Amino acid sequence: MPLRATHRDAGQATVLDLSGKITLGEGSALLRTTVRKLLDDQRTRILLNLADVDYIDSSGIGELVSAYTTVKGRGGELKLLHLTKKVHDLLQLTKLFTVFEVYSDESTALNSFQ
Amino acid sequence: MGTDPKHLEITLETQVDSVNVAEEMCLRVAEAAGFGEDDCYKIGMSVREGVINAFHYGNKERPDKKIHLAVDLTNDKMIIHVLDEGTGFTLASVPDPLAEENLLSTSGRGIFLMRAFMDEFDVVSGRTGGAEIVMAKKLPLQENPGTNGQGSQGASPHQGA
Ligand SMILES: Nc1ncnc2c1ncn2[C@@H]1O[C@H](COP(=O)(O)OP(=O)(O)OP(=O)(O)O)[C@@H](O)[C@H]1O
Ligand SMILES: [Mg+2]
Repeated sequence: MPLRATHRDAGQATVLDLSGKITLGEGSALLRTTVRKLLDDQRTRILLNLADVDYIDSSGIGELVSAYTTVKGRGGELKLLHLTKKVHDLLQLTKLFTVFEVYSDESTALNSFQ
Repeated sequence: MGTDPKHLEITLETQVDSVNVAEEMCLRVAEAAGFGEDDCYKIGMSVREGVINAFHYGNKERPDKKIHLAVDLTNDKMIIHVLDEGTGFTLASVPDPLAEENLLSTSGRGIFLMRAFMDEFDVVSGRTGGAEIVMAKKLPLQENPGTNGQGSQGASPHQGA
């Protein structure tokens, strides 16, 4: 299943709901263009909901890091919500778990942006 | 069941879809060999990463070059070879993605993941002169009938070169 991305505004932040795989090719590219579009719309507080993402390869990890640094570079913040076990383990393995702010509850995550 | 040595070989085109073809073939072998879901995921991911590198770095995305994939099933492990037609590389020259200065790098994690997900991993100089990734995963122990072969879980990554 290819990656799907939809966003919804939640107060000052924007939740980007992703489902599918973030892998080399379309998945990674869709994440990149979607985040870029949100930034162009001045949406710089982004919460990536990864509840329905259970496959990410090295290209997808690179794209997550790229999204994180790009958003930060624009003065915003990008945080992660609802990691599946596979994605959690992958971020732990690559030591990125400590780089990203990760939440398991949406309202707590949203409040952290204020 | 599944104890005779088996050998499968396929020549793949240098194109993105070969990554999926390679992953699917290896997953079919791994499932038939009795690997559980978690091990299949790790094997599939490792094959993807190996073939992506062969496609991109080895063959430089040139369609006149091929990627050679071989799978061997022995009594105790599944061995996967990914050979390209590039000029090869040495593991010692690959930076550690866990080093502080590389943590925010947008690349450089593929080899690390293969090493973490497989029980054996090496890069040798192949017969084409290109890099040959050789990696293996131990077959799950079949001593626990009824537990769907959940194999070794939580293998820790091999760090350093
Ligand atoms: N088949 C190959 N032939 C030549 N060089 C290779 C090959 N595979 C890997 N390399 C070298 O090893 C480096 C590390 O590979 P690795 O897969 O870990 O990271 P990456 O491909 O650069 O990024 P990522 O996999 O995270 O998207 C590559 O940058 C490349 O220089
Ligand atoms: Mg790679």
